[in-house]
Amino acid sequence: MKKKISMSGFGSLLASLVCIAVGLLVGFIVLLVLGAITSAQSGGAGQSFGELLKVTWEQGFKPILHGGFYAKANTMGMGVRMEILQAAPLIMTGLSVAFAFKTGLFNIGAAGQYTVGAFFALFSAIVLKLPWWACLLASALGGAIWGAIPGLFKAFLNVNEVITSIMFNWVGLYAVNTIIYQGGTGPMFNLKTTKTFTLKECAPQSLLPTFNVNVGDKPYFGKLFTPTIGIFIAIALAVAIWIVINKTTFGYELKACGFNKNAAKYAGINEKKSIVLSMIISGALAGVGAGLFYLSGSKEWEPLVSTALPAMGFNGISVALLASSNPIGCIFSALFISHITVGGGFMYAKLFPTEVADIISGVVIYLCAFSLLFKTFLAGRKKKMASQPAPDKNGKEADA
Amino acid sequence: MWLLLKYTLLYAAVLTLVAMGGMFSERSGVINIALEGIMVIGGLMGVVMINILNAAGVPVPIGIVLTIIAAGAAGAAYSSLLAFSAINLKADQTIGGTALNLLATAVAMVIAKRINGSDSPKITYSTNTNAVLNSSNFSFQVGPLTLNYFLLVTIAAIAAAWFILYRTRFGMRLMACGEHPQAADSVGINVYKMRWAGVLMSGVLGGIGGMAYIVPAVGDWNFEMGVAGMGFLALAVMIFGQWKPLNIAGAALFFAVFRAMANIFDSIPFLASLGWPKEIYNMMPFVASMVVLAFTSRKSRAPKAEGVPYDKGSR
Repeated sequence: MKKKISMSGFGSLLASLVCIAVGLLVGFIVLLVLGAITSAQSGGAGQSFGELLKVTWEQGFKPILHGGFYAKANTMGMGVRMEILQAAPLIMTGLSVAFAFKTGLFNIGAAGQYTVGAFFALFSAIVLKLPWWACLLASALGGAIWGAIPGLFKAFLNVNEVITSIMFNWVGLYAVNTIIYQGGTGPMFNLKTTKTFTLKECAPQSLLPTFNVNVGDKPYFGKLFTPTIGIFIAIALAVAIWIVINKTTFGYELKACGFNKNAAKYAGINEKKSIVLSMIISGALAGVGAGLFYLSGSKEWEPLVSTALPAMGFNGISVALLASSNPIGCIFSALFISHITVGGGFMYAKLFPTEVADIISGVVIYLCAFSLLFKTFLAGRKKKMASQPAPDKNGKEADA
Repeated sequence: MWLLLKYTLLYAAVLTLVAMGGMFSERSGVINIALEGIMVIGGLMGVVMINILNAAGVPVPIGIVLTIIAAGAAGAAYSSLLAFSAINLKADQTIGGTALNLLATAVAMVIAKRINGSDSPKITYSTNTNAVLNSSNFSFQVGPLTLNYFLLVTIAAIAAAWFILYRTRFGMRLMACGEHPQAADSVGINVYKMRWAGVLMSGVLGGIGGMAYIVPAVGDWNFEMGVAGMGFLALAVMIFGQWKPLNIAGAALFFAVFRAMANIFDSIPFLASLGWPKEIYNMMPFVASMVVLAFTSRKSRAPKAEGVPYDKGSR
């Protein structure tokens, strides 16, 4: 269950690039098939393969590749803003999963921690009217609480964290929906829009500050489309996590626990405490991600239609895997995932459903699952056996 | 009360099928966290086939059999992706399974939207008349109780699973591969083959289970929500059932009662008078599963080699 990634940075990068390339290729084929079906249905049998390729490229693949920069949608920096807006929480959920991986845990519960974090952020903003930084701290607290639960279950009751996280994802989603909605009487619920109240109107003090950049002498982002500083907060936290994991005793202890619980215990590390702390930090990171997203004021929580777990949480897994659990790498892989997701939204929707972008990222994680194989292959066949880590026998006893 | 029984049996059938799927896979040594995704693909294939056969005017009984077979086949095909990565490429089984869960929802959304030719991922498979194949054909009446054909499939599957696992050479070998693959290999059992068989069986059961969840209960399905965590609940059922068919059936009944309450709480006077929102009932099976796992997992006994890729060359 544990993935020890100790390959050279270059090998990891190359393996990730291969995963991305294959993922994009699969996405292109899917688009091609969708395009072909459409032209067959509309009786366009005369359409040549060249024309099909052109349509697929122009209306499907090009928007995905161009992402937020796709020309038509990028008036006044709107597309780029959206990309940055989504990248910030993705970096955070990616960090959440990556941090857990580093400490030997698989935090599949980022989605639930994200949900609870969102609730804490919105509650502090709409009901308590706190300033934005306090709301962010609240979102971290929410995520931390939800992350602590699987940690406690694992440390004290020997229940695998994967199972607990999954169950509490759903518990969190239903709980948050209920509390916000409350049969239409919730203090955060706007009956007219069936969403939570917009922060712009009822809690402007809780909105994250925005920034703008000048290109030439004109500001790049239009007045309504200035991005928040969320992306910088996320990047700063990524650097902080990198330092904690690699340069501190505390991080070393958590990592040691992930490598070998018994050895860590023998060395005097309190392994139960480490497991719980790892999950708390991991959960807090996911919670902040939700804070960064919902405090940007561009989306409200919709308790009546949020029947599925937020994709941001699961995309965090893709981000972490693509980055080989490197916190700094998470920044770039989050930007990539955000890039293709935003691009997916710009495709000609009648022909190409936006979820093609999700297919691409799904394929990328599937490939990442055995990217070790790529890495060993890339590292040369002679080192094949040496670089393949033995299956982690310790993970076993924890399986509930 | 009949309504509660109807939904309890419906969900018990789903959970039993899928949990037994997980059982076959894990008994062979492969953790199958992709059950949720397999259910989505099976369910999607099931409802698509209903609409296709409906349009083709296939007689109802043949249609029912064909759609169930299609759902199982789709589940098996999808599970082969897990088998390939977990067995042949020795990939991390949990991550591979998670990827397949995400992929399944994305694929289902794309297919559903393209079928509709619109932005809605909702597929309808009910019609006004029962003369042609549609969702209501899958149910039948026994006195005041509405049952569905998947219940019969489940009962047969329980019996078959028990027999296969404990009374056939294949079943013994399968379990050996999940306990100690090296020992199994040393007596000439092909571990890779057995694990492939285990995963494919879980695919068939998971696919049928996905259809059993979607089709008899409602007339249309929004694929945006996948199968709403039912596959994960089945994993808990499997653990609670200790990887044994009969125990799994019992555990499934227990969880199904909780799940059924979410559907019908407002028609039971006592529960309706409490005035709890629906979400509380939605939450219940998950909370129940955590409580149960908290108390049972200490003495829980998973197949010993599950989750560990088998490498012939390693010692």
